[in-house]
Amino acid sequence: MSTNPSVFRFHGGLHLDGRKTESLTRPLQHASLPSELIIRVSQHIGEPNIAAVKVGDYVSRGQLLAESSELVSAPVHAPTSGTISAIEERPVAHPSGKSALCFILIPDGKDTRYEYDQGWCNTHDLQPSDLLRLIRAAGIVGLGGATFPTEAKLTRANQQKINTLIINGAECEPYITCDDILMQTHAAEVIRGVQLLQTILQPQQTLIGIEDNKPLAIKAMQQALQQSALPHTSIKSIPTLYPSGGEKQLIKLLTGHEVHSTQLSFEIGVFCQNVGTCFAITEAVDHCQPLTSRIVTVTGPGVKNPGNWVTRLGTPVSHLIELAGGYSVQQPKLVMGGPMMGLNLSSDQIPVVKATNTILVLDHLDQPTAQECVRCGQCAEVCPAQLLPQQLYWYSKTRQFELAEQYHLFDCIECGCCAAVCPSHIPLVQHYRFAKSEIWEQRRKTYNADRSRKRHEFREARLLKQKQQDEEKRRLKREALAAKAAEQQKAQAADSSATPTIDAVQAALDRVKARKKAQLVEPKNTSNLTPDQQRQIDEANSRRKNINQDKS
Amino acid sequence: MLVLIAVLTLSFIAGSFGLILGYAAIRFRVEGNPIVDQVDAILPQTQCGQCGFAGCRPYAEAIANGEAPINQCPPGGDATIVALDDLLDVEVLSLNAEHGEHNEVPLVAFIDEMNCIGCTLCIQACPVDAILGSAKHMHTIIADECTGCELCLPPCPVDCIDMIPVKQTLADWKWSPPETLSGQTSS
Repeated sequence: MSTNPSVFRFHGGLHLDGRKTESLTRPLQHASLPSELIIRVSQHIGEPNIAAVKVGDYVSRGQLLAESSELVSAPVHAPTSGTISAIEERPVAHPSGKSALCFILIPDGKDTRYEYDQGWCNTHDLQPSDLLRLIRAAGIVGLGGATFPTEAKLTRANQQKINTLIINGAECEPYITCDDILMQTHAAEVIRGVQLLQTILQPQQTLIGIEDNKPLAIKAMQQALQQSALPHTSIKSIPTLYPSGGEKQLIKLLTGHEVHSTQLSFEIGVFCQNVGTCFAITEAVDHCQPLTSRIVTVTGPGVKNPGNWVTRLGTPVSHLIELAGGYSVQQPKLVMGGPMMGLNLSSDQIPVVKATNTILVLDHLDQPTAQECVRCGQCAEVCPAQLLPQQLYWYSKTRQFELAEQYHLFDCIECGCCAAVCPSHIPLVQHYRFAKSEIWEQRRKTYNADRSRKRHEFREARLLKQKQQDEEKRRLKREALAAKAAEQQKAQAADSSATPTIDAVQAALDRVKARKKAQLVEPKNTSNLTPDQQRQIDEANSRRKNINQDKS
Repeated sequence: MLVLIAVLTLSFIAGSFGLILGYAAIRFRVEGNPIVDQVDAILPQTQCGQCGFAGCRPYAEAIANGEAPINQCPPGGDATIVALDDLLDVEVLSLNAEHGEHNEVPLVAFIDEMNCIGCTLCIQACPVDAILGSAKHMHTIIADECTGCELCLPPCPVDCIDMIPVKQTLADWKWSPPETLSGQTSS
């Protein structure tokens, strides 16, 4: 239960100018409600949500707005009470600048809470399965930025034996202070969340990693930890080095273990969770409050009064900028997240989502023009994933994506260290992102082609089977007909042999013959014949006689 | 004597290897032509027949047997031609315009349900069973399964099928390549 200075090291990393004091000069404030909230329907990584309310519905704070029955998903709840005025596409925080489906909620100002049934959250009964259900129902996702549904992560991790629970309070990126101020002001709740995670995972030890540039947070957390008297739990102060807050980097720092390229952290018995997520779990379990707000840092040289605000999800960025005193520069450049990994925002009408830790307002600066790579190798020295950024760059640029993959492109965490040190100012991360999305596109195409092939082959097989069946049917019918005909013939034959009429027929035939013979006796018109005619008649008669003789 | 031993030894070795090879040739015989599978894996599986063959597999067989050039697949475009060239090491040709043009934006068929008379002709034409419906009932396209082959268009007696571009979503959005460095070409 003490600050342990003995930590391990990860490869590379950068000492960056923290710039955290600006937003820490003011205490944590509660952001007022904007005139409209824009709540994105899906705010997690995984299967998309389906709306559970209609336009015109009145909702209370914490009421379910959208959910999905899929395994990897997290529902979304109303951040305040009010009326859903529309469900429409609005610009969201995404590198494409595209729109996504959002609820538009007009707050009524009452902020009434939705009363869940008893049993939705039950503070007395803390079975792991109940906790998991509640964490899912409360829409909790990883608040460090990945927004992977926490319940799905816990469920998968629980299938393995978890030895070490790591709580991530590193917050290594410059400007961001939301986790720092959360630990300073709500340390007890964070520790309570850690306790709840321990109940679920039953780890042998719990390590809380906090960068040593947050002495106040470390102190507050230590006090809260002492009061809670959690067993086998310690707070570790880690050296300030970007990106120590990356999951694999933090695991290396605290345990000395490396997570293999193909592994997930819990496969080596380690489970990582952010301090903000721990706080959200406490809110859900102890206060029946789904995830409807989070702390957002509004900072940067482009705002007048930087600070931290407890913000309802769906609050437009412009509202937060207003609370921070407005823009202080002519051409503000808005970033959601930190300067290294943040997303550029196309407008300030974009809403806060679960992943939003920071709104960073920078002065618009022209990017220096990229020069040719000089193969200095500095990028490889700072890469925390121990990759060869220069090789990846060449392969991405020349579209040799297979080679880029062989050089472990997908182990790149896009931390931006390589681009930050590049003396040629090459936008390396952009090259990697481009290569990754091209590879994904190729995989999607292959997947679709395989499906089409299967469907086509199935159709061919089905048609062939149908043809064979038809053929078989026709053959059976033909055979049946033939059998029937044969039977009829047989029956006829049997019939005719059974009756004595055969003699009668013979007798009738004989009678006809006799009559014909009798008719032959007297030829007509035989007077006055020339000798020639008489000869012809004689010949004919003799021929007829011969024929009759032959017949008989 | 020494020569005889050497000849006998070598004959024995040669004979036994011959037997092993002969057995292996029967035991591990490869059914069909593996090149066909590899070519088929590269083709886009649109099953449109624009190449002049009755689907992707027959075209793959023709390519593998050297009966057809590799530039007859408009849906695959240049990417498919380059991939086939990598596999077969034949001359890279540009797409044969006789067979159609490559469309960058993927298309999907859409049935105007107001006009559909439920004749089932398009269902019979669809190579991947992506049309749902029955006689005298409205038909519809299963958009996820449609390969955009356009084979359903000609049989439709009321011309109620349109090809529409697939809308890009956030899930399949792609990063664009960073602008190439000042004036230089990629090497």
